Amino acid sequence: MEKEQQVLVVFPHPDDEAFGVSGTIASHVNMGTPVTYACLTLGEMGRNMGNPPFANRETLRSIRRYELKEAARVLGISDLRMLGYRDKTVEFEDPDKLTAEISDMINELNPSLIITFYPGYSVHPDHEATGEAVIRAVGQLPAEKRPKLHCVAFSKNCVEELGEADIVHDISAVADQKLDAIRAHRSQTELMLADMADGLKKKDPATMAWLNFERFWTYKF
Amino acid sequence: MDPVIVKDVQEALDQFVGREVYIHLETTNGAYASHHNDQFFSAGAYIRNAKVTYERAKITGPGPFRTGLKISFGWIYAEGITHYEIDDKGRLLLAGHDFSGKLAVALQISETPFE
Repeated sequence: MEKEQQVLVVFPHPDDEAFGVSGTIASHVNMGTPVTYACLTLGEMGRNMGNPPFANRETLRSIRRYELKEAARVLGISDLRMLGYRDKTVEFEDPDKLTAEISDMINELNPSLIITFYPGYSVHPDHEATGEAVIRAVGQLPAEKRPKLHCVAFSKNCVEELGEADIVHDISAVADQKLDAIRAHRSQTELMLADMADGLKKKDPATMAWLNFERFWTYKF
Repeated sequence: MDPVIVKDVQEALDQFVGREVYIHLETTNGAYASHHNDQFFSAGAYIRNAKVTYERAKITGPGPFRTGLKISFGWIYAEGITHYEIDDKGRLLLAGHDFSGKLAVALQISETPFE
């Protein structure tokens, strides 16, 4: 993994950073690179409440805020920004306002790498709207001043249309940190981790590949 | 939240009759339903902080339960309600959780806006 000067991660939901990106984040932090994570919403509209429920629609907000801070702590993210949008409404916001907010962060931080979702290939409407805003903000910069843009894609057609990911990070050295970050989002991940426990224990190849390799597509303007 | 006790929920519903209240109503199958199953037709609706006054309210059914509120010129209802809570702000939170514990529907009533 190349050493960066500053990394900016932009996702809409607490836990978006955990699954496919947290090993990459931890690796950058371990190399001494400052990482800023801008999280647009608090995932207030999540559906996992625990079974039996330990959260409800109104408490989920503060629970997930706590979980997000805990995940950031585990990963060593020094600059966590909660932008205050509401879950599932990002696509209805004024796109110019979103773009301007991202542009301000880029101007302030001057990141050498930005990580976000690949518009058109990231399934959730909030993911799409977030990725689109980042692409617009970066696109407004002159080509030679643009930071690298590594995008997460996971729609069913992403490999067919984009080709295989051009960036694949082996993050096995920080896999434990990654699992801790996933665990930090307990309200959302407890059931999933219970399902995966066996695979992790037996080092099932598919589970280990899911854990140890993080894939990104470089955005091409 | 606790599994619905009809008598307790009915009492809570009745306490808000004739008062100006804020409603949160949502149905959701999750944003990934069609991603996981392309035969699934994804649909949902959401309203937060609609200000209404209702004249009667009822929770009914064998469980999961249905809840209806009669307002001046119409109705509000939710079906699939399994759990309830009267929180520390005196708000009545009703929710329906599916077989895996995921929220599928919510109807909430408060005398102050939900934040």
